[in-house]
Amino acid sequence: MGMTMTQKILAAHAGLDSVVAGQLIECNLDVVMANDITGPMALPIFRQMADKVFDKDKVVLVPDHFTPNKDIKSAQNARDIQDFSREQGLTHHMVQGKCGVEHAILPERGIVTAGECIIGADSHTCSYGALGAFGTGVGTTDIATGMATGQAWFKVPSAIKFVLTGKPSQYVSGKDIILHIIGMIGVDGALYKSMEFVGDGIEHLTMDDRFTICNMAIEAGGKNGIFPVDQQTLDYIHEHSTKPYQVFEADEDAEYEQVIEIDLSAIRPTVAFPHLPGNAHTIDEIEASEKIYIDQVVIGSCTNGRISDMRKAAAILKGKQVHPEVRVMVIPATQKIFLQCMEEGLAQIFVESGCAFNTPSCGACMGGHMGVMCKGEKCVSTSNRNFVGRMGDVESLIYLASPEVAAASALAGYIANPEKIGGEE
Amino acid sequence: MIANGKVLKYGDNVDTDVIIPARYLNSFDAKELASHVMVDLDPTFVDRLEPGDIVVAKSNFGCGSSREHAPLALKTAGVSCVIANSFARIFYRNSINIGFPILECPEAVDGIDEGDKVEVEFETGVIKNLTKGTSFQAQAFPPFLQKMIEANGLVNYVNSKK
Repeated sequence: MGMTMTQKILAAHAGLDSVVAGQLIECNLDVVMANDITGPMALPIFRQMADKVFDKDKVVLVPDHFTPNKDIKSAQNARDIQDFSREQGLTHHMVQGKCGVEHAILPERGIVTAGECIIGADSHTCSYGALGAFGTGVGTTDIATGMATGQAWFKVPSAIKFVLTGKPSQYVSGKDIILHIIGMIGVDGALYKSMEFVGDGIEHLTMDDRFTICNMAIEAGGKNGIFPVDQQTLDYIHEHSTKPYQVFEADEDAEYEQVIEIDLSAIRPTVAFPHLPGNAHTIDEIEASEKIYIDQVVIGSCTNGRISDMRKAAAILKGKQVHPEVRVMVIPATQKIFLQCMEEGLAQIFVESGCAFNTPSCGACMGGHMGVMCKGEKCVSTSNRNFVGRMGDVESLIYLASPEVAAASALAGYIANPEKIGGEE
Repeated sequence: MIANGKVLKYGDNVDTDVIIPARYLNSFDAKELASHVMVDLDPTFVDRLEPGDIVVAKSNFGCGSSREHAPLALKTAGVSCVIANSFARIFYRNSINIGFPILECPEAVDGIDEGDKVEVEFETGVIKNLTKGTSFQAQAFPPFLQKMIEANGLVNYVNSKK
């Protein structure tokens, strides 16, 4: 029986000719990553097993969650990983103000590439599937073990194949596509499985779209999300990375638990209502109902904080004012993207329209800082989770959406359609 | 190894943000985390929980973030095990890695109510509802994972192999 793309990567990293779903294997890791929340907790566990990391080129610690330092405890956490990184001589040493949000900075700096096996102490590590790599989120103990041994155990996943055809309409992007998919299969619809995206529709998806889609594989319970390597992937890799890479392809006779056809041209701007990423509603359903007035908009995060997300939001906000009672946080995901926003005049657009334009941080997505809500408040966010209390008070509400829906909503003061508000009218 | 306690029962999709909210994540002190466990889902949890008690839940328990603080908080607070229809994958893995027992058994979830007294034997996977006089069979762990649980977690398992 043939192997899926994910199975091929895992087999190669376990030194096996082939693997089957359900098999327990031990893989060699290419990259082991943690952040300021998960890293500090891993260090004492790491020290029970080793003094030195297995490979200083392959371990990366990113200060992005509660940074800029949210409070004294967070400052200590950021201090701990910075000191450890320096002591160990980690090649990709990351310090606040010189990096960005982990799942944006790793591809940008070419630290991750096609064909790799990557674990991160963060559930959105599945993002790297956009590069044709296997990336999966793990906890602190696994990451400490990875740092010490360079290995991790895996149960080989089976896969769901998503065949993407057609071309998305003008205001539809990666975020709408993945919210539509999670809405369709549910928040455990891909539990323990790989989500493998194929089809001629892929050529219409930018790398940023693919990062967004793979980023949210975990929100369907997926072990990972993955795209095949095509010319766009190769162009991205050649632009960003000098690492050797490998292209893996699913076998023709690979078996899938399910095959789901998705017509990208039929997808509408989509919003996930509280309190599950799978609670999908199209913009048409929203427009046919009572307006949902909002208090905050967040445009950013590892899901949608890349340059194309910033450009799309700016195009809608240009020359206009956001609603006078709505606070809008725009958070480019890396310092390089921040600079690009400045160079392209996007930063000017954001500030002039009444947005807070912020340094890279995960803070707002997880109710840490830089976008916390109090009781009764509602937010449209381009991030990836809307569970109870995710962004602050247990009685605040989060609606997940694309940068364009978020920008249109910022103008209107309620959840709005970018096809009508702020878009070309 | 046997667990014995009363049941606190919850529904589908109990996510790691409600198990241990982000506002507590700047600490990884196990006791401190345990004092806030489940607070955004059930503020009475910490007061009602007695050491050895069992959490029973429906599908996709522990979904969301990879925070290992979640099973750690439950374990430290005194929860002896979680029985659910299904577990999210990172939570499942994290629980085994820290030696926190979890069992998948939809029949048991259907046959156990809040407040029931339950006994679980991990080696055999037998779950007994002492209040109702019924018994269920959970899936046993594959041998590889049994060894890790017996070693009380991944670190001990790794160190014992050296």
